[in-house]
Amino acid sequence: MKHLLSIADLSRVDAIRILDTAESLSVASDGAVKKLPTLRGRTVVNLFAEDSTRTRISFEAAAKRLSADVINFSAKGSSVSKGESLKDTAQTLQSMGADAVIIRHSASGAAHTLAENKWMSGAVINAGDGTHEHPSQALLDAFTIRQNLAHGNSDLTGLHVAIVGDILHSRVARSNVLLLTKLGALVTLVAPPTLLPVGVEQWPVNVSYDFDSVVADVDVVMMLRIQLERMSEMFFPNAREYSHYFALNTDRLSRMKKSAIVMHPGPMNRGLEITAESADSARSVILEQVKNGVSIRMAILYLLLAGSTEGQD
Amino acid sequence: MSLALSAPDMSRAITRIAHEIIEKNSGSKSLTILGIPTRGAHLAQRISKAITEIEGTSVQVGTLDITLHRDDLRLRPPRALMPTVIPSLGVEGRDVVLVDDVLYSGRTIRAALDALGEIGRPRTVQLAVLIDRGHRQLPIRADYVGKNLPTSPTQIIKVHFSEFDAIDEVLLEDGEQA
Repeated sequence: MKHLLSIADLSRVDAIRILDTAESLSVASDGAVKKLPTLRGRTVVNLFAEDSTRTRISFEAAAKRLSADVINFSAKGSSVSKGESLKDTAQTLQSMGADAVIIRHSASGAAHTLAENKWMSGAVINAGDGTHEHPSQALLDAFTIRQNLAHGNSDLTGLHVAIVGDILHSRVARSNVLLLTKLGALVTLVAPPTLLPVGVEQWPVNVSYDFDSVVADVDVVMMLRIQLERMSEMFFPNAREYSHYFALNTDRLSRMKKSAIVMHPGPMNRGLEITAESADSARSVILEQVKNGVSIRMAILYLLLAGSTEGQD
Repeated sequence: MSLALSAPDMSRAITRIAHEIIEKNSGSKSLTILGIPTRGAHLAQRISKAITEIEGTSVQVGTLDITLHRDDLRLRPPRALMPTVIPSLGVEGRDVVLVDDVLYSGRTIRAALDALGEIGRPRTVQLAVLIDRGHRQLPIRADYVGKNLPTSPTQIIKVHFSEFDAIDEVLLEDGEQA
């Protein structure tokens, strides 16, 4: 593994290896010690051309816990806003000796472009590209599900996950569908037809337009954010109607299985796709997801940066 | 390939090490035994079992993974991480006995000392190994040794535990000339 660009080019074995490594790292950093010397002297650049709080901070925390040096670089306030191209930015980072670039970009495929073109020699980690993929989020979600429900299994065989909401614009949903099915889970997408992508019938999932008929059968309810910033047209009549049919409210919460958990990748629109009561309920593992995010990202950085890269493609 | 230690030899060496540890620490109350995965962790279990049999009370035993503290991480592809299990009383103020199967360059033990130092401040740190094969690259020595085995650097030592490899034995193999 040289880069982490998408779940699509990750094998099942690689995915489980990342989860296992994260497990060990979460134990290692759970104690009094929050800092490990493993990546001392390595430089990691956070290249965020799109807004983000938890992913950027999570990667930064992960890199710092492994003693890597972190350079934060956001498009606002940098030369990117003066029109510098991705190529020039990458070459600049290369000259500064970056060992890894964590890139968040509004264009789908930005991470791929960076990795393919050999503008820089370091590892490229996709932290979300447009509406394409968000692999580290899917990995931390799978990790959280595994910790809560897999009873010591290494994969998610037999578990049923509902992903609810704005599938169309969601890179989190794309990565999660690929990863969760790769790990043996059954995935049901729940959304109004306007928020499902074209070609969804070819995905390895079930599709439902009726949240109420699904909510009692699943082990995991993963709510997605309604991405108002990516919506240029109307996808549903109004927010109240959307909430009525697709929000996780108290009634639906009470009909979930006893052991079932509630997830949300954040940031939440409380009151729109999830009520405050659901988000703060005992079933909610939303804060666990944030905590696990650091362990997963430590695992990614460890596997990409700690060893020698000779003999790998 | 030759047999360096047979199963009875191994058992006797482990029992002797257990007695030596108890003698040096005047009992087992203050002891925390930490094995370095994977073979060192098996050996730590064996030693603590022997101590428990001699003293009649259970002893604190755990594992310490040192991968994240190695100085040769960059020389090889990424290694899998192993579990670290610190027993309930921790390491603070304890007499910690690090346990590994083979003592060679000493670099693993250096990494273990670093890993341990981040968890807490033991009163003492001691080292028990089944085989000391020489060729140290760092100023490190073992307090308890099962057997000193003079080797050439091209030779390979294989330690087998019945939990893992079906049989207890230590083999000395002639490696290829590097």
